[in-house]
Amino acid sequence: MERTYFPVLLLLGFAAFNAVAMLALSHLTMRPRPTPVKQTPYESGIPPLGDARERFSVKFYMVAVLFIIFDIETVFMIPWGAHYRELSCAVPLVAGSCPAGQVSFFGLGEMLVFIAILLVGFIYVWKKGALQWD
Amino acid sequence: MMPPVHALLQIATPQLPPPSGAVYLIATVIKMVVVFSLYMVTVALLTLAERKISAWIQDRLGPNRVGPGGLLQPAADGLKNIMKEETYPSAANLPLFVLAPAMSFVPALLTWCVIPFASPLPTPWGLIDMVVAPLPVGYLFILAVSSLGVYGIVLAGWSSNNKYALLGGLRSSAQMVSYEIAMGMSTIPVLLLAGNVALGDIVRQQANGMWNVLGLTVAFLVFLISAFAETNRLPFDLPEAESELVAGYHAEYSAMKFSMFFIAEYANMVTASALMVTLFFGGWDIPGHWDVAPWTVWKTVATGAFFAFKTLFFVFFYMWIRWTLPRFRYDQLMALGWKLLLPLSLGYIVVIASAILGLDAAGVARGSWAFGGALLGLNVVIVAVLLFLIDRGRLISPAYSRLDQRNVEKLRALAARSALMTEGRN
Repeated sequence: MERTYFPVLLLLGFAAFNAVAMLALSHLTMRPRPTPVKQTPYESGIPPLGDARERFSVKFYMVAVLFIIFDIETVFMIPWGAHYRELSCAVPLVAGSCPAGQVSFFGLGEMLVFIAILLVGFIYVWKKGALQWD
Repeated sequence: MMPPVHALLQIATPQLPPPSGAVYLIATVIKMVVVFSLYMVTVALLTLAERKISAWIQDRLGPNRVGPGGLLQPAADGLKNIMKEETYPSAANLPLFVLAPAMSFVPALLTWCVIPFASPLPTPWGLIDMVVAPLPVGYLFILAVSSLGVYGIVLAGWSSNNKYALLGGLRSSAQMVSYEIAMGMSTIPVLLLAGNVALGDIVRQQANGMWNVLGLTVAFLVFLISAFAETNRLPFDLPEAESELVAGYHAEYSAMKFSMFFIAEYANMVTASALMVTLFFGGWDIPGHWDVAPWTVWKTVATGAFFAFKTLFFVFFYMWIRWTLPRFRYDQLMALGWKLLLPLSLGYIVVIASAILGLDAAGVARGSWAFGGALLGLNVVIVAVLLFLIDRGRLISPAYSRLDQRNVEKLRALAARSALMTEGRN
């Protein structure tokens, strides 16, 4: 286990070290000369009006919620996809393939039910106008 | 019948027992440092390549003053960005403002570690895998880490306290999560064929059979489009649409922090290209008898070079598209992702799963010519149907196409009249 994930941790540390080194190097070599105008938020040259953190369209929240639903669905599909060969065989695989005449509809049938339920939700969301952006 | 819970657990079993401890450690560190450095140099050169290619497409010369043929331009740019003054907007949330570039830089340079880039290298100390981290959950790792990149962009947009930056961050979060679904679903057919999520196994399956681009063409097209959207590249670069949002989420960034966003963008582009090659173009596989044991050093060199060639081709494709196509409008972007790519990839999963089941039932062996040929034929038909039936004007409609035809004429006449009046006044 530690051998499997050790390189990832090593690289994570290496990349993080690089990021910090870049930020630090840039910070150490610069000569700060701040002025009030330089520090105002950029709004195409006019004095900024109000705060940027105002309310924004609810659409963005909706997309986030829909994303959760459909992404979970994708996550459920991944193990199914990776084991489709075993799932569509009525008996255990022989040397990685299914013996003749033992092909089963089980794997596909299960997924069709799953997709059908999800499709109902998708059509509902579409008809409700959650995917409409104007 | 294997119970599904057991099936889930089986994904996480390790694959290859690596050579002895010390050799493994040294080999891992060498591979990591070499590939990381190569990545950084490639990314630096790609910024030059982007400008050279854009110049070529627009019939200009491009950067040619710094070094021979402008070759030292990236070095000059890097030095400039290190020395430049950093500005901190007074209204910004400072800790997050500094953290955001690092948050998009680190995932971008972490994703590639599971991608196998050459055939195994034989050494006196054992066979060494040409991949930094041969994770058994490789593909899931890529999905997980690449979606972390959105945090950097959203935090950058929010912490700057700038209206353009905030809009850019919001847009990019919505865009990236939307296309992630299509991207995840488009790769399910690849898993159906490979039977595993480890990228090494996906490459091996293609090396033994046929490249997935032939058997799963539609999945490749969906993946290609989603990858463009995921990396925020044209025609989907709405998070930094310069004509609307100045520079989008990095409008307030300067010096090396800006540079880090830039590096992250290019690194993501290279990773997405490498992933396309791995999932659909056979990874390091060279057609013929290159992909079988006994492994030799020459095979490693040749397959590595071929992998780099395929990856760089897709990087070039990214740039080619950028300087060719105009930008999508935001509602068109969302409609494409949710209303076309999502149902399309969902339907495609069903079609491919049924086709595989049918071929299995007919007794056609996997990896045989008949199996590949049947899938290829199916895909030719589906692509032809898609090309003929999908009408861009209907799916990705301009705003006026939803109006009544008479109203459109009226509006056009109005616009023409006002144009005439302005002309008369001048």
